Amino acid sequence: MTKMRYAEALNQALREEMLRDPTVFLFGEDIGRYGGVFKVTRGLMEEFGQSRVRDTPISEQALAAMAVTASMTGTRPVLEIMYADFMPLVLDALINQASIYEYLWKDVSMPFVLRTQGGGGAGAGAQHSKSLDSLVAHIPGIKVVAPVTPADAKGLLKSAIRDRQPVVFLEHKLLYNLRDDVPDGDDVLVEIGKARKVTEGRDVSIFATSRMVLESQKAAELLEKDGISAEVIDLRSLRPLDIETVTQSIAHTHNAVVVNEGWRFCGYAAELSATIMEQCFDDLDAPVARVTLPDMPVPYSEPLEMAVLPNAAKIADAVRSTLK
Amino acid sequence: MKNSPSIDERLEMHRRMIVVRTLEERLGELHKAGKTRGPIHRCDGQEAVGIGATAMLSDADFITSTHRGHAHYIGKGLKVEGVTAEILGRETGYCGGRAGHMLIGDPSKGMIGGNAIVGASIPAAAGMALSIQVRGGSEVAMCFFGDGAAQTGICHESMNMAGLWRLPMVFVLEHNQFGLTVHHSVQSPVENLSMRGAGYAIPSEIVDGNDVVAVYRAVSAAVERARRGEGPTIIEAKTYRIEGFSTSDMGGYQKEEDLIAWKERDPIRISQLSLLEAVGKAKLDEIEAAAVAEVDKSVEDALAAPLPTFSVFQQTSPYAKAV
Ligand SMILES: Cc1ncc(C[n+]2csc(CCOP(=O)(O)OP(=O)(O)O)c2C)c(N)n1
Repeated sequence: MTKMRYAEALNQALREEMLRDPTVFLFGEDIGRYGGVFKVTRGLMEEFGQSRVRDTPISEQALAAMAVTASMTGTRPVLEIMYADFMPLVLDALINQASIYEYLWKDVSMPFVLRTQGGGGAGAGAQHSKSLDSLVAHIPGIKVVAPVTPADAKGLLKSAIRDRQPVVFLEHKLLYNLRDDVPDGDDVLVEIGKARKVTEGRDVSIFATSRMVLESQKAAELLEKDGISAEVIDLRSLRPLDIETVTQSIAHTHNAVVVNEGWRFCGYAAELSATIMEQCFDDLDAPVARVTLPDMPVPYSEPLEMAVLPNAAKIADAVRSTLK
Repeated sequence: MKNSPSIDERLEMHRRMIVVRTLEERLGELHKAGKTRGPIHRCDGQEAVGIGATAMLSDADFITSTHRGHAHYIGKGLKVEGVTAEILGRETGYCGGRAGHMLIGDPSKGMIGGNAIVGASIPAAAGMALSIQVRGGSEVAMCFFGDGAAQTGICHESMNMAGLWRLPMVFVLEHNQFGLTVHHSVQSPVENLSMRGAGYAIPSEIVDGNDVVAVYRAVSAAVERARRGEGPTIIEAKTYRIEGFSTSDMGGYQKEEDLIAWKERDPIRISQLSLLEAVGKAKLDEIEAAAVAEVDKSVEDALAAPLPTFSVFQQTSPYAKAV
C-alpha cells in the first residue's frame, strides 16, 4: 500500500497502462506540458513524447468522434474532456456513433476512455459545476464509472483502459486532493460493474455516486447519533449497475435512499429508484427517497451554491423521513 | 481620418481601460487574500480590445463575451460597482450573485452575455444578428472570442452562415497568443486566423490590439458596414495576456522575453503617451485617480454588501423545496 492523492493514482494508472501497452495514447486540452488543469497527466508528455500525449485545439466534438474511430482501428485512446459541462459537445459521438457500431457491424471493439470531471462546490459557476452522469449513463453500449477513493481511481482507470467497450470515466473536482492508500502492483484492477459497501448498516441503505459517497458517510455518522444504522453503498459503476449488491442490501435493511449530484428530473437517481421499485418492491418498507440537485443551474455565490448541493444533512433528513 | 475617435471619446476609453486594469489588479489581491471564489480570468494587457471595440456601440447593439469578459462588460457601459459585486457573489451584483464573473449579462445594455463554453459566444452573436436582419433593424451584434475559440467547429459554422446571409455582425478575434496554457502554434497551422474569412467571403483586417485607437477605427468601420447591410467583418486584434490564464494558473509557460516586450507595449501606456500632448499630464492624472477611486469604492462596497439568500428557481424546479 502507498498513500497518494486521487490525482496521482490516476496518473499512475495512465503511466502503467502506457508502459504496458504501446497502443494506449492520451489526448486533450492542456494535458501535455502543463500536465492537465487538474494535474492528472503531469510528466507523461516528457516520458512518452508528443505523439502519445497530445495537446489538442479546443475541438471537443471532433476529438470525441476521433476517439471512437481511433479505437476501432488499433489504438486505445484516452481522451480528457476538461469539464463534464462540455460533454454535450461530445454526445453526438457517443450517442450516434459509439453506441451503435458493435451491434451493427459485429467484431468491432471500441476500447476508448473518455475522462472528465464534474460536480459543484468550488465556486466555478453554472457552466463549470454540473454533474451530467445521467446523460451518459443513458446511452446503451457506454460504460460509466465514478471512483471516489484513490484506490478505485487507479484500479478502475486501468480496467477502463483495458476494456473493449467505451468507458466514460467521471472524476470530481473536489476529489483530486483526497489522499488514501492505493495497493501496489501493476495489476491491481477494480472490476467495472461492482459496487462497494462502505459501511454496514441495519435500518436503511444509502446508494451514492461519486463525491456523494463521502457526504453519505457523514450522514451515516450523523444518523448513528439518533440510533439509526445506515448502510452506505458506493455504486462505483453507474452502468453497468451492480443490481445484486443493491437488492441484497435492501433485503437486509428494507429502506433505500439514493443520492446523486445530478439534476433530479429523468436523472440517475430516478433510474435507480425505478429499478429498485421494480426489483425490490416486496422488500421495501417505504418508498425510495431521492436526494439530488434541484432542477436548476448551479449558482455562483457561496451561500447559493451550498444551498443547491446535496450534503450530509439533506441525506440524513431524507433517511429520517423514509424511516418515519 | 474617418472613424477616428474624438479627444473626449479617447479620454473616456482611457478612463475605462484604467477601470478595468484596476479591477483586475484588485481581484488578483482579493484572490490572494482568499476573498474570491473559483477561478477568475483577468484580461490585463488586453483592455484596448474590449474597450476600443465597444466604444462606438449604443445600448441597442448587442455583444456576446467570453470567460474573460471584464473589459467587454465595462466597454458596453456596465457599471463597475455591479460587476465587482457580482464577482464577489453579492446580492448587489448585476445578477444577484448567481452568475459570478464569467456569466454576467445585462440585457438593458445589450450585454447578453458572458459565456464560458469556449466558442459559444460566436453563434450567440450570429443569432442576435439574424434577429436584427429578420426584424429589419439597424443594430449590430458583436462577438468577442479568442484564438482558442477560433478552433472550435462552431466558429466555422457560424462564420459560414454569417457570410452566406450577410448578417449584421462583427467578429472580434482577440488574439492573445494562448488558448489556456497552449500556444497558438500548437492549436492552428496558420498564424493569422482572420485569413479564414476568405473561405466565407467575409472581409477581415488585422489590427494592433494594444492600440485602443487602432481597434476603435477598424471596428467602427466594420460596424458601419454591418449597419449598411453589407454583412460581417472579422477584426483580428493582436494582443497578449500579461497575467496567467486564471487566478489558479501556476504559469511557467509564457516566455519571459515575450512578457517583457508586451509589457513595454502596455495598452494603457500607449494611450497615455498618445493623449499627453493633447490634454496634458494633469488631466490624465486626474482621470486615473478618479478611475482608481471608483474601483476601490466598488470593492469596499461589495465587501460590505449582503450575500444573497437562496430560494428555489421555481420556473425550472417546480417540485423542489427550499432548504
Ligand atoms: C468547450 C470548452 N472547452 C474547453 C474549455 C476550457 N477552457 C476555458 S478557456 C480555454 C481557452 C480559451 O482560449 P481563447 O479562446 O484563446 O481565450 P483566452 O483564454 O485566451 O482569452 C479553455 C480551453 C471551455 N471553457 N469550453
